[in-house]
Amino acid sequence: MTRPATVCCKVGVAVVTAVGAVALAAGCGGGGEAPKEVVLVTHDSFAISKDVKAAFERESGLTLRILQGGDANEMLNRALLTAGDPQGDAIFGIDDSVLSRAVDGDLLDAYRSPELAAVQPDFSSPDRHVTPIDHGEVCLNVDRAWFASHRIPPPKTLADLVEARYRNLLVVENPATSSPGLAFLLATIATYGDRWEAYWRALRANGVLAVDGWEEAYTQQFSGAAGSPGKRPIVVSYASSPAAEVIFASKPTTTAPTAAVEDGCYRQVEYAGVLRGARNEEGAKELIDFLLSRRFQADVPGSMFVYPVREGVALPEAFVKYALVPQDPLALPAAEIDANRDRWLAAWTDVVVR
Amino acid sequence: MRLALDHVDVELDGRRIVEDVSLEVASGERLALLGPSGAGKSTLLRVVSGLERPTAGRVLIDGADVTGVPAHRRGIGLVFQDAALFPHRTVAENVGFGPKVAGLLRAERAARVAEALALVGLEDAGARDPTTLSGGEAQRVALARALAPRPGALLLDEPLGALDGPLRLRLQEDLRALFERLSLTVVHVTHDVGEAFALGDRVAILRAGRVAQVARPDELWARPADDWVARFLGMRNVARDGDRATVTRPEAVRLVPGSGATVLAADRDGPLVRFRLRRDDGVELEAVALGDAAEPGARVGVEIDPAGVLEVPVWEAGL
Amino acid sequence: MDRRRRALSPGQRAARAATVAIPVAFLAVFFAWPLVAILERSLVTDGTLDVPWDVLTAESTREIAWFTLWQATVSTILTLLAGLPLAWALSRFSFPGRSLVEALVLVPFVLPTVVVATAFVALLPDGMEHSVWAILLAHVFFNVAVVVRIVGAYWAALDRRLWDAAVTLGAGPGQRQLRLTLPLLAPALASAASIAFLFCFTSFGVILVLGGIRYATLETEIYNQAARLFDLRTAAALALIQLAAVAAVVIVSGVLERRLGGGRRRGGRAPHPVRGERLVVGAVVGVSLLLLALPPAALVVRSLQVSGGYGLRHFASLFDTTPALLVTPWHAVVNSLLFATAATAIALGVGVPAALAIARGSRGLDVTLMLPLGASAAMLGFGFLLAFGDPPLDIRSSLVIVPLAQALVATPFVVRSLVPALRARDPRLPEAAAVLGATPAQVRREIELPLVARPLAVAAGLAFAVALGEFGATVFVFRADWPTVPVAIVRFLGRPGEDNVGTAMALCVVLMALVTVVALVSQRALGRGAR
Repeated sequence: MTRPATVCCKVGVAVVTAVGAVALAAGCGGGGEAPKEVVLVTHDSFAISKDVKAAFERESGLTLRILQGGDANEMLNRALLTAGDPQGDAIFGIDDSVLSRAVDGDLLDAYRSPELAAVQPDFSSPDRHVTPIDHGEVCLNVDRAWFASHRIPPPKTLADLVEARYRNLLVVENPATSSPGLAFLLATIATYGDRWEAYWRALRANGVLAVDGWEEAYTQQFSGAAGSPGKRPIVVSYASSPAAEVIFASKPTTTAPTAAVEDGCYRQVEYAGVLRGARNEEGAKELIDFLLSRRFQADVPGSMFVYPVREGVALPEAFVKYALVPQDPLALPAAEIDANRDRWLAAWTDVVVR
Repeated sequence: MRLALDHVDVELDGRRIVEDVSLEVASGERLALLGPSGAGKSTLLRVVSGLERPTAGRVLIDGADVTGVPAHRRGIGLVFQDAALFPHRTVAENVGFGPKVAGLLRAERAARVAEALALVGLEDAGARDPTTLSGGEAQRVALARALAPRPGALLLDEPLGALDGPLRLRLQEDLRALFERLSLTVVHVTHDVGEAFALGDRVAILRAGRVAQVARPDELWARPADDWVARFLGMRNVARDGDRATVTRPEAVRLVPGSGATVLAADRDGPLVRFRLRRDDGVELEAVALGDAAEPGARVGVEIDPAGVLEVPVWEAGL
Repeated sequence: MDRRRRALSPGQRAARAATVAIPVAFLAVFFAWPLVAILERSLVTDGTLDVPWDVLTAESTREIAWFTLWQATVSTILTLLAGLPLAWALSRFSFPGRSLVEALVLVPFVLPTVVVATAFVALLPDGMEHSVWAILLAHVFFNVAVVVRIVGAYWAALDRRLWDAAVTLGAGPGQRQLRLTLPLLAPALASAASIAFLFCFTSFGVILVLGGIRYATLETEIYNQAARLFDLRTAAALALIQLAAVAAVVIVSGVLERRLGGGRRRGGRAPHPVRGERLVVGAVVGVSLLLLALPPAALVVRSLQVSGGYGLRHFASLFDTTPALLVTPWHAVVNSLLFATAATAIALGVGVPAALAIARGSRGLDVTLMLPLGASAAMLGFGFLLAFGDPPLDIRSSLVIVPLAQALVATPFVVRSLVPALRARDPRLPEAAAVLGATPAQVRREIELPLVARPLAVAAGLAFAVALGEFGATVFVFRADWPTVPVAIVRFLGRPGEDNVGTAMALCVVLMALVTVVALVSQRALGRGAR
């Protein structure tokens, strides 16, 4: 009765050996003399057009490999876990709310890109370890058709949201688990200062729904997203979301079904940096320069639905027409966010969830 | 094919299953291995077939030591207790398995299959799925499968054990006729005395891993080696007295008109009637006679033929 | 059958040792090592072990552990109740389309949890989509396949004459079920219940989506603490609790299964249902299928919805480039098939020797192999990053890590589907072949392999399907230029715009179709050889 064991074990040995061999081969690939590839560690929302990527590879002679791992926060945590022995060479997608953690975690090498000269003055780099690449604004989005058919004017300010006529209409994301959720919380803190908890208490009394992530809030609960089963016409999303609704509509359309609300928009700037211990440090620097280049900056709206930081880069037509570019978005200093984040999140949970 | 076991011991998990067994089976002879369950009969069969290696002792085929020869090179057929047909193959494929692994060509194989199935009277069952067979049919197919490679000897492990009454008797008859026709060397394991007597030229009685007695059925019946053997053969009239026992064969107890004993029961068994009597001295006796049964409670006289009474040693471990 | 120990040849002994050594080596390298690496990083500071007593004894920890246990228990009971009628109908009767139904039942089991949760959100009435009920229902939906598969297979192999006997002994229908069916099925019920319990206990996607922000289980909280809050110490403490709980469940269920013993293994043909039965069987299959089909059907409908009507546009867009992925969605389908094939090969290479060893009595191995199911994917993913960053195993950013991670999850399924079949092997069949003159090689080829061919095919199919739908572990190790379908689905769901949602739904439908085909093929491929 032991006979079949022999056959199976041979197969088993073969498989394990094969896996080992492939693993070794993969391992050896990394240790060559002049690195032929540069690895970008980034979040799931990162995107780049094929031709833009090809242009970088052609000009630099490097293969660009992209490692994505979760949202901005999760990506940063993974990078912090492997600080000093990084998975890649450069990192992109660190935003203000986590910037201090990246810097304090000794994750990055300092680098000053020559391309920084072309960046709009608003986005000057707050730290010598990071380079600003794009910015996006978290804004309230409203379902225009819903408000039209219910003959209620859509809300114009954060203060409107506590009015009785907007009862049970708002869906937000949990700031502890969602990047736009945190941005919206910061927007309310920036607006109301010490009274922000009272504002949230009023929101809760007015039937705010908090869900775990942006996907659920936007694609499941928000009534304005095409194909969504949702019933709430106000959601925390991005200034660019209305443009996305037009660009990805099933049928070509010339009117956006949703609109972003100007008041209460919170600015998130995304940064890139060179990972300490990178195998290809020079490649990482080249890549960061490229991320600031006119070519990549022009690709940013269409690929990632955020705005370029470089001066004089034209926006695509759909953005000009349907997306909001908030004139005076809210923002808090990174140091203040970092000092208070945990306390704010705990207080928010107490007010909204418990 | 001549088979022999020479001082064979088998230990499994430190327990001695078979102890110092020596047996010989002549070519064309049919030996029945008879014993209660757990006596080591099946283990002995596995030793002969090569499925089990003895801890000590030798196995001989035609005088040659085959103790180290694996089962598939011994050329001995084995029929398992409940057929053990290959469920993923048809009846014909089951029967044709031996010829196939022996490397016979397709046509020859088909002939062998037809021949073997004909031998067991299942000519038309070739295409059937073994799981649809009745118990008796399955056992016949198992037999055909064992015969198809034309083995030098055939071992049967309780081949009729899973079958019931009439079917069992019929198959027993068929087996006997078949063995006679093929003049095969046969070793046949059973715990049923009738089956052993019907199918064995000689019967070896196995008790707790050892051979208690080997003899022709008549001899066994006439002279059981000890009181245990006598009881095991079905004799009821066994009286112990110290280290000796008196055995009175039931056919030696004759019922005569008169009194001296009371009929406790009288059961018909074919042409025979089996009586249970109580003598007035309190001794219970079993008797077998032709003729009419009697009512329980009837008074009868009893005569005992001294030729049917023998003294045997007592087996100490008892039944 | 190995109650009797015989002397083994050196070759046989080496083969036996290998059946243990291969799975143990696999687990040591790809499970224990990364897990130890992350635990060390989390709990050892400056060379001293920092036991997180405060976390272990915290009120919030107790609450989460209690909810985890509670929902898993209730989900398991509901799953058994929902699955048994279907297991009965599928195992005791034969009717047209039975194997299709058997294949369809498997579909929910391998759908990415995120997808199913999405379907439930769409189906459930307002206010229920973030309730405990939603969680329980989704768990039942997922795990019914486990009950139908495990209990059904066992049920089909039980001697149906036992029931006939019970009828003749005067047992009424109720008594027959209570006194005969339940005790006979007990080992399979214990096995199915333990697997369902493990899945519900470590459930991630369902809780994350349907639990909303109110309900958290150990698994979601570990993910939360590790991946989002980067509090490795708390995450490690919770992970240890979960691992210990899972080990306990596996050990207890193993003891239960053994104590309950096996039924008589002799099937006989499944009859076609007769008049009265036809109605019951039809009703059971119909209702079960309807309930099981609702969430997938919702996905199919949404995949066909284009603004103002229906169409195949979302399927056509599978071949287009998209900002959501670095490759076309169709590439993800091809990748998934490749990875799942590799993962299946690894899972079989590890699982088959393991199953042989377990069938022979290596109980410890059984428990050990189940542990990856209980380890938090987040912690294991972090462990991979730490352990596999340097030669000779610098594979954390390579492609092989994906099938390896999937195989960790798939191997227990291979083992679980093979062990009962291996244990039920009749040791006399190879012996019968040997005395008929078959050499050991012939015995293997002609008898032993064909006899385990079907369970082997089922195991391979299950492993393939599990690998195909795997998300929790894959998401931690996949490479963006080689996404799998579940990863791609979540990507598309994470972007605004109807087309992205539509493409996600189309991918869900493709995944469901693939799983159905795999299940059908694995049932049929070797069906002729070994029924």
